Amino acid sequence: MSELIRKNASELVELLGKGEISSVELTQAHLDRSMAVDHDVHSYLHQDASTALSAAADIDRRRAAGEKLHLLAGLPIAVKDNLTTTDAPTTSGSKILEGWVPPYDATVVKRIRAAGLPILGKTNLDEFAMGSSTEFSAFGPSRNPWDLTRIPGGSGGGSSSVVASFQAPVAIGSDTGGSIRFPASVTGTVGNKPTYGAVSRYGLIALASSLDQVGPVSRNVLDSALIQDLIAGHDPHDSTSLPESLGSMADAARKLDVKGMRIGVIKELMGEGFQPGVMNRFKESVNLLQQAGAEIVEVSCPNFEYAIAAYYLILPAEASSNLAKFDSVRFGLRVAPEGNPTIERVMAATREAGFGPEVKRRIILGTYALSSGSYEHFYGAALKVRTLIQRDFAAAFEKADVLISPTAPTTAFKIGEKLEDPLAMYLNDIATIPANLAGIPGMSVPNGLADEDGLPVGIQLLAPAREDARLYQVGAALEKMHEDIWGKRMIDFAPELEVRG
Amino acid sequence: MAKDELMNYEKALEMFEVVIGLEVHVELNTKTKMFCGCRNEFGDEPNTNVCPICIALPGALPAVNRTAVESSISIGLALDCEIASNGRFARKNYFYPDLAKNFQTSQYDEPIAFEGALTVELPSGSVHNIQIERAHMEEDAGKLTHIGGSTGRIQGAEYSLVDYNRAGVPLVEIVTKPVYGAGAEAPELAAAYVRSIREIVKGLGVSDAKMERGNVRCDANVSLRPHGQEKLGTRTETKNVNSLRSIERAVRYEIQRQAALLAKGTAIIQETRHWHEDKGATSAGRPKSDADDYRYFPEPDLVPVQPSKELIESLRAKLPEKPADRRKRVQAEWGFADLEFRDVVNADLLDQIEETVRAGAKPQAARKWWTGELARIANSQDKDVTELEISGAHVAELTQLVDAGKLNDRLAREVLTYVLGGEGSPSEIVSARGLEVVSDDGALIAAIDAALAKQPDVLDAIREGRMQAAGAVIGAVMQAMKGSADAGRVRELLIEKANA
Ligand SMILES: [Zn+2]
Repeated sequence: MSELIRKNASELVELLGKGEISSVELTQAHLDRSMAVDHDVHSYLHQDASTALSAAADIDRRRAAGEKLHLLAGLPIAVKDNLTTTDAPTTSGSKILEGWVPPYDATVVKRIRAAGLPILGKTNLDEFAMGSSTEFSAFGPSRNPWDLTRIPGGSGGGSSSVVASFQAPVAIGSDTGGSIRFPASVTGTVGNKPTYGAVSRYGLIALASSLDQVGPVSRNVLDSALIQDLIAGHDPHDSTSLPESLGSMADAARKLDVKGMRIGVIKELMGEGFQPGVMNRFKESVNLLQQAGAEIVEVSCPNFEYAIAAYYLILPAEASSNLAKFDSVRFGLRVAPEGNPTIERVMAATREAGFGPEVKRRIILGTYALSSGSYEHFYGAALKVRTLIQRDFAAAFEKADVLISPTAPTTAFKIGEKLEDPLAMYLNDIATIPANLAGIPGMSVPNGLADEDGLPVGIQLLAPAREDARLYQVGAALEKMHEDIWGKRMIDFAPELEVRG
Repeated sequence: MAKDELMNYEKALEMFEVVIGLEVHVELNTKTKMFCGCRNEFGDEPNTNVCPICIALPGALPAVNRTAVESSISIGLALDCEIASNGRFARKNYFYPDLAKNFQTSQYDEPIAFEGALTVELPSGSVHNIQIERAHMEEDAGKLTHIGGSTGRIQGAEYSLVDYNRAGVPLVEIVTKPVYGAGAEAPELAAAYVRSIREIVKGLGVSDAKMERGNVRCDANVSLRPHGQEKLGTRTETKNVNSLRSIERAVRYEIQRQAALLAKGTAIIQETRHWHEDKGATSAGRPKSDADDYRYFPEPDLVPVQPSKELIESLRAKLPEKPADRRKRVQAEWGFADLEFRDVVNADLLDQIEETVRAGAKPQAARKWWTGELARIANSQDKDVTELEISGAHVAELTQLVDAGKLNDRLAREVLTYVLGGEGSPSEIVSARGLEVVSDDGALIAAIDAALAKQPDVLDAIREGRMQAAGAVIGAVMQAMKGSADAGRVRELLIEKANA
């Protein structure tokens, strides 16, 4: 393996800036890596070497001409396949969009292109981001580079596995209930779900509009900070996007200091249902933070108990409406029914053939939750729970600057293990969902390996809305303490993947 | 279409009390659509004013058009409504191919304007205070054209075409509370109410307000109940009645149709009905029940509209005069008698006459042309007089040519047909066609002499005071000169000759 692709993005952009490496060389190294390992890992749904290399060549040319370039110019990046791209199909992991090439770029993609980052490819996900394992991708699951028989997390398992297998230094994910953080946790990588509204959702194929947020995925905290700084900012095309800047995440990630910070441990997110190895690593990190001068406090969020129930009403409700546009009339799959092709029958046949089982399950759930007669009991009640969870957070943040918990109750499970048990699958997101319901930022940082299975575990950091910088500050500080103890990065513990021609 | 049994109108009113409710959709004339930057333009090539947002491509998001919000607030204020400090959008979910997202972004339980009232005066002079329940913002759907099949409806069509140019055009829907007590005048009240709404939105400049283009569309709810009964009867909703005259006819038709059914003991079906202008009848549409489940929920892609007090007050300060006030003012300015003025209002001609007077016509002359000859022409073409392709300036020019003696009435009417035919302004037509009145005394005297030669007794008759005898000579002169003679001058010359 080329040593280049093992480096952190922050180092790579320095080498690019000094002219010690070219973007073409760096991009080619990552494309070569994909040729070698993606047959097994299956991070990508689509890769086109020529567009990536021509974007890289363009940056090299401009750099040679002395043009002033963006700090990250030339750094290759992978993008989750639910963000629209004009030069590559965008499927959101669904048969209903197979082969669809959007006529417009998502705002995040526009910013990536404008800064001169070659896009390596589009990464796999559970269909319409519904899932925790990528097993619901219509195009087959991605695999965990730490153990190819295991899931890489989901829905953003393509983006987590792509950076964990060194096929990309950084990637873009999206997080509706943990789709950035859970994959990060089980692949030993970093992922941040920014404050709701910090990053434009324009061009993100919506799952649940009030919960979705686009964010960075990387192998270390500073790299995620650099990407968040690139993609965040107000977008007039997204009326829920925040008008103000949240400041520099990279500056926060470079502070490496937690002295005097109040860090709250969430009582309800530990203990029962959490794997012992996950809890052991978590407690060690609590001690590390304390030793580094943070003040540890315990906080209680009693309404988290209802979070999953509320989430699985709000999400399907919004999704059932967001997915109504997939009707065969203007784009995507069109299936002719047997017999008379009336519009209703064409729509029905298309949706029957184009949507997978989890998508259908949630459309039915959501349609029911919004129906008159059910609305107050289900959707209306879920909105009330959402308010209560926001209040829990507000009270907790009175006592603490940052909250912490394990990112997920377990390490990566085996492919197929939970496929027939939706409720068990949903429980993976027990710790991550509250942040989406409250619109606050949440980060997962590598937190060592579980004693039982030697697989990665993650620690989740949460901050009040707009205080993403606190996550980068604490996350980077904790990461530094870990690396000082381990003598290497978490990702360097990952086994070598078998290389195939 | 099965023929409905209708009850005699007077009898229907004897038996039943009429309750109406009106939903008026006003299409705003903003430059761009409600949630995207596409042009809001009528009549462009199909599917040219579209973008990822208004055809609902995956990933696209709406953003609210500020001008549309301000226009909606202005309409609310003009209807004496309260303005919501937090106006939220909602999704109305249903599948239909003209609805790209398969939901309509509308307002549900938090309309931008609510609890208003509008005073409407009827031709008879009776005055009604219509209570407004709400005025809310929403987006229009695309336009479907059904090809094949005999009805032009989706049922039976071979295929359908969708034009999304109209998808996302901003609409304001104004909904009244039930209107009681109009009695026999319910149809006129419905039309008069819509007329007032049109005047308001036109006066505000927020809509082109052309009913024939669908800028203002009315759905009329009608229900009947026996006099003295508390409970409201089952209503029907007649859709998209697109002229004032049709509104009046459709409401009257529904009253007569429902009365006939109720009298037989047949229940009214709660349904939408379609108005057919050509047949003068409504037909059954989609069954509609209060349980229609649109699965409304707050639109998560849009933050609520929160107009500031300052914005509301600045819009209030810019409101034009109320229709009722304007009517009082112009009637006084023009000096029209009550009956004359009522005819003008009833024919929906205030704007036209105002424009004509502003272009230099005398008010009475303007009134006579619009309510007389132009109304007659429109009627013969089965149109509303307001739909005629003629400007107030042209009518004013015509009256001035008559006043100056350059046209007589007959010629002026002829010129008018050429103006309506698109040949240009009246003076252009007069010179192009050589239609000017002959008031050259020499030519007239020659024609009079020729006529007198055939009717030598006429001069004696005039001398004896039998003026009607002059008519025969005037007629002969007019005929000889193919109508281009100034009849008044012929008469004067004849009298001069008799008394010479
Ligand atoms: Zn558009």
